[in-house]
Amino acid sequence: MSFPWAKQYQPANGFTKWIDEKLPLPRLVYNAVGAGYPVPRNLNYMWNFGVLAGFCLMMQIVTGVVLAMHYAANAQVAFASVEHIMRDVNWGWLMRYAHANGASFFFVVIYLHIFRGLFYSSYKAPREMIWILGVVIFLLMMATAFMGYVLPWGQMSFWGAKVITGLFSAIPLVGEPIQVWLLGGYAPDNAALNRFYSLHFLLPFVIAGTVILHIWALHIPGSSNPTGVEVKSESDTVPFHPYYTVKDGFGLGIFLLVFFTFVFFLPNFLGHPDNYIPANPLSTPAHIVPEWYFWPFYAILRAFTTDFIISAKLWGVIAMFASILIWFLLPWLDRSPVRSGHYRPLFRKFFWFGFMPALLVLFICGGAPAEQPYIMLSQLATAYYFLHFLVILPIVSAMETPEELPYSITQAVLHSDKKPVLGENTSPAV
Amino acid sequence: MAEMAEPAAEIPVKPVDATGSAAGDDGVRRRDFLNIAAVSAAGVGGIAVLYPLISQMAPSADVLAESTTEVDTSAIEPGQAIKAVFRKQPLFVRRLTPAEVQEAQAVPLGSLRDPATLEDMTKPGHLDMLVTMGVCTHLGCVPLGAGEGENRGEFGGYFCPCHGSHYDTAARIRKGPAPTNLVVPEYEFTTDTTIVVG
Ligand code: HEM
Repeated sequence: MSFPWAKQYQPANGFTKWIDEKLPLPRLVYNAVGAGYPVPRNLNYMWNFGVLAGFCLMMQIVTGVVLAMHYAANAQVAFASVEHIMRDVNWGWLMRYAHANGASFFFVVIYLHIFRGLFYSSYKAPREMIWILGVVIFLLMMATAFMGYVLPWGQMSFWGAKVITGLFSAIPLVGEPIQVWLLGGYAPDNAALNRFYSLHFLLPFVIAGTVILHIWALHIPGSSNPTGVEVKSESDTVPFHPYYTVKDGFGLGIFLLVFFTFVFFLPNFLGHPDNYIPANPLSTPAHIVPEWYFWPFYAILRAFTTDFIISAKLWGVIAMFASILIWFLLPWLDRSPVRSGHYRPLFRKFFWFGFMPALLVLFICGGAPAEQPYIMLSQLATAYYFLHFLVILPIVSAMETPEELPYSITQAVLHSDKKPVLGENTSPAV
Repeated sequence: MAEMAEPAAEIPVKPVDATGSAAGDDGVRRRDFLNIAAVSAAGVGGIAVLYPLISQMAPSADVLAESTTEVDTSAIEPGQAIKAVFRKQPLFVRRLTPAEVQEAQAVPLGSLRDPATLEDMTKPGHLDMLVTMGVCTHLGCVPLGAGEGENRGEFGGYFCPCHGSHYDTAARIRKGPAPTNLVVPEYEFTTDTTIVVG
């Protein structure tokens, strides 16, 4: 599961030797994030976001467990209990703002992590399973974030719950009964709030389990890298510790600076003021939008306005789910033998000038009111989004001539690989 | 690192480690300094984070706001007791009869498990107002004796039915497993007939 030149764990003393025989946990850590895990020497900062995502997950779990000690999942008192956290509980404001902004920052981090995968084609063989598990994690994250947003039981919480469970009512015949079943009622109320709370508590641990599989799958081929050229010899790698513990630690420091700038100085910047109005089943806010991280998908949902064989409503729901499910097929839709976008001139053009602008348009339209010109723009961008995956990517990847690849990672870094170092060697080649 | 810092008399070359960083003339590597500084800062930060995480479990502002209780004692007849609530726990307020006061004062201190006079248990000038927590000092049950017709135990004060602790008319432990007298909370008379507890 690792390169042959990986350093071996040596228990330092009798006690660690005893542990190593009974439960080789220190060995596992050594081989996963220690000196025993050789990693490509040329990873750039885009490879920091996996570790940052792991940090965000842990931070959400810690702050979430704290909030759960003070929150009451009952439609009568949920809103008040959140205000109680904000005003009465010691440091409650910090816990809540850290958790709410933590969710937003988790999505920032995960989008950059996915972006890295898309540009450097990290999803390609032999890393398909890492990618597939990643998509599963992303779906779980969306469900978790949605249900968490319902808990404060403000206006956006309530209407978010109503609209999102309403997606299921688009399913022919069984749709309405499914929505009623999901809510445990005809509109969101106590039953819905309680089950959302239960699942919102559970899912992060399911995510944590899936992350373990994700990293297990990663450690079989090891990380890809910005050249996309696989590791050939020892001089292509450096041990994870200290090289990437330090690089990840530095990235974490920068992340925390930005994160706490928001927590302390702009705690409600990413939220919606309407959620500070208690839920009112009799009045919908004028302009309901999901949290910013759902905007591109929300734009796809609203892009369908006319019935065609099936209802527009159903098209919207199908397209929205399909826009993420299509990621599962990505390793097979992209047929280029070359991974990194740096060596794929045509792919690169479509990526920067087609796909990214389409995502930006979807993002903007998703947060805008459902009026023209946003509807028309989201329709165009939705069409381009699917075109990119289903037509452009397969064709471009099959026909383009990639640029010349470096012989090895060492060559890419040092402009020479005259002395490839094979086998036992503790220091990287120079 | 210490070996590296040794002045190398014969070999006039600065020691260089695998990653190529050399020690300065004073033997301190820039990298070691940065490493220690970064790890210390992270350590201090990590410990600082623990503070709010622990503090959040302490009583919140709304709980602390309810931490004083006012009791009107004017309607309590001699020999009668009332139960009030102080910090979500029962508070016994009892007006002793002259006979109960005498009984309490007659007990020799040396015979008590937790020696205290009636004067210690009450406020000056209010020898007959016995204010105690209604929480047995054994394991926290509510003793009987404050309610009308309840068993007051062998010493005429309070009796805890859980494990059989008997308190006398000054709420002192006389028999049974409880280690100390019933607790007298902090309180003061704001008027002759009003006490504020806490
Ligand atoms: C809680 C969420 C997640 C965590 C904690 C996580 C963690 C990690 C870590 C630690 C790595 C190795 C470091 C790195 O390459 O950045 C990694 C690699 C990877 N992740 Fe994730 N991940 C998460 C979600 C996702 C998602 C949503 C996707 C895609 C949809 C994804 C796709 C990948 C891929 C393809 C790699 C391999 C990259 C390469 O080697 O080039 N991950 N992940």
